[in-house]
Amino acid sequence: MLRRAIENLGHRTVEGVWRIGYAARFFVAILLHSGTAFRRFGLTIREIYFSGVLSLIIILVSGLFVGMVLGLQGYETLQTYGSEEALGILVALSLVRELGPVVAALLFASRAGSAITAEIGLMKATEQLSAMEMMAVDPIARVVAPRFWAGVISMPLLAALFSAMGIFGGYLVGVQLIGVDEGSFWSQMQSAVDFEQDVLNGVIKSVVFGIAITAIALYEGYDAAPTAEGVSGATTRTVVASSLAVLALDFVLTAFMFRGLN
Amino acid sequence: MAVPEQLHRRDFLQKDNLVEIEDVAFGYGDRLVLKGINLTAKRGQVVAIMGSSGCGKTTLLRLIGGQITPREGVVRVAGESLGELNQRGLYRLRRKMGMLFQFGALFTDISVFDNVAFQLREHTDLPEDAIRDLVLMKLHAVGLRGAAQLMPAELSGGMARRVALARAIALEPSLVMYDEPFAGLDPISLGVTGNLIRRLTDTLGLTSLVVTHDVQESLKIVDYVYFVSEGVIVAEGTADDIRASNLPYVHQFVHGEADGPVPFHYPAPAYADDLRLGGRRA
Repeated sequence: MLRRAIENLGHRTVEGVWRIGYAARFFVAILLHSGTAFRRFGLTIREIYFSGVLSLIIILVSGLFVGMVLGLQGYETLQTYGSEEALGILVALSLVRELGPVVAALLFASRAGSAITAEIGLMKATEQLSAMEMMAVDPIARVVAPRFWAGVISMPLLAALFSAMGIFGGYLVGVQLIGVDEGSFWSQMQSAVDFEQDVLNGVIKSVVFGIAITAIALYEGYDAAPTAEGVSGATTRTVVASSLAVLALDFVLTAFMFRGLN
Repeated sequence: MAVPEQLHRRDFLQKDNLVEIEDVAFGYGDRLVLKGINLTAKRGQVVAIMGSSGCGKTTLLRLIGGQITPREGVVRVAGESLGELNQRGLYRLRRKMGMLFQFGALFTDISVFDNVAFQLREHTDLPEDAIRDLVLMKLHAVGLRGAAQLMPAELSGGMARRVALARAIALEPSLVMYDEPFAGLDPISLGVTGNLIRRLTDTLGLTSLVVTHDVQESLKIVDYVYFVSEGVIVAEGTADDIRASNLPYVHQFVHGEADGPVPFHYPAPAYADDLRLGGRRA
């Protein structure tokens, strides 16, 4: 009994380490085979459409509502201290530093990440990847790398749009609905939001999230068992693993980026 | 430098062989799937590899395509040993090969036309006009020129396989491998596919390797047959040799007998024991 438990533990550990090693090799292979993604940029553009453009609706609508909620909640809190004019700062900093990159990344993981995994997994299950190999075309270069770079390029753009829509939502609720002074809303935002500290750091975060989500989605699809159950399991793992990775990476990045800030 | 006489003789003997497999063994973990396999396919021939499901036929095709590496032995295609090639060399050799997968493996996000044009666009610098003509010629050869703009989801199983065949011959390869080309086809598509394999082999001067368990259809078109059972080649010969064979395995296979060397029942404990008949009596 005990021996079997130890054997099981050992087996799982070896398998876990093997998977990490395989994932690392897969990631390196993507980087090494990225030439095609840039030489034939049309392939990457096509994937930007599928990953980025088709995610626009969910990103824009979510951004709008998140911003509107921030406007409402922020006004309630700031009003207590008589500083409702600072609503613009609260909405903008919350979105640009945290909510924009993180929520957009979580939405991207569930919308585009799951689609990438399902597509690659099904291509594997229906032998399309094997067929490509037999046609002397490397699937990593032709299929995987363009999707990877499309995700990396799309993610910061989506996060920026999410933040912009969020700020607009906060403006709608704060200024148009509640009646906060419009001049104070925009001028305080303008003076408090620093491009390098806030906007650029937000962009860096979203690029890192884009790398993590797309790499996880591609790996899970490429490694999926070639069955219906295998593809569905891989899709679930993509959403869970990439969401957790986004939240963990956000903590680490925030700790490095914003320490010592007042 | 003088070339040893023995080498000259070997080249002479083997120059007609496009595919040569010598003493190949392959397995997963401790389980050997193929052992001691020797097989050749001459240029211009249709060679069938037959055997029951799970006997290692598709594994053999994957070895010839270089998708897996044998544990022992040598696989040579067009005189090149696959084990000695790096990825670049393997890809160069694969441009001379075409493969028809069991269910076509068409790229589902692009049209029939783009599927057939895929290799031409990837591996040549031909202008789009020339690619268009070539694609239409390949589709015409399989009778599907009119389906060029359809998507794979709009094709029947037989049509999908014919499109895959057009795609497999797009670069005019020397060798085309067919993985179960007859599986799941209606009688008309069955005959059409069989005739296409024979006709394309003869017209284009290809070598065709057909992995199948459809005896009657394949014996109509093949030049030579290898029978694989439990990972070894148990019989080989021309279609007539196979029809006339008295080997129990071949006889069972050709005549579709339910029981024989390949048992009807999967290994199991005694039937009476499984039904606990002894216990009831007690």
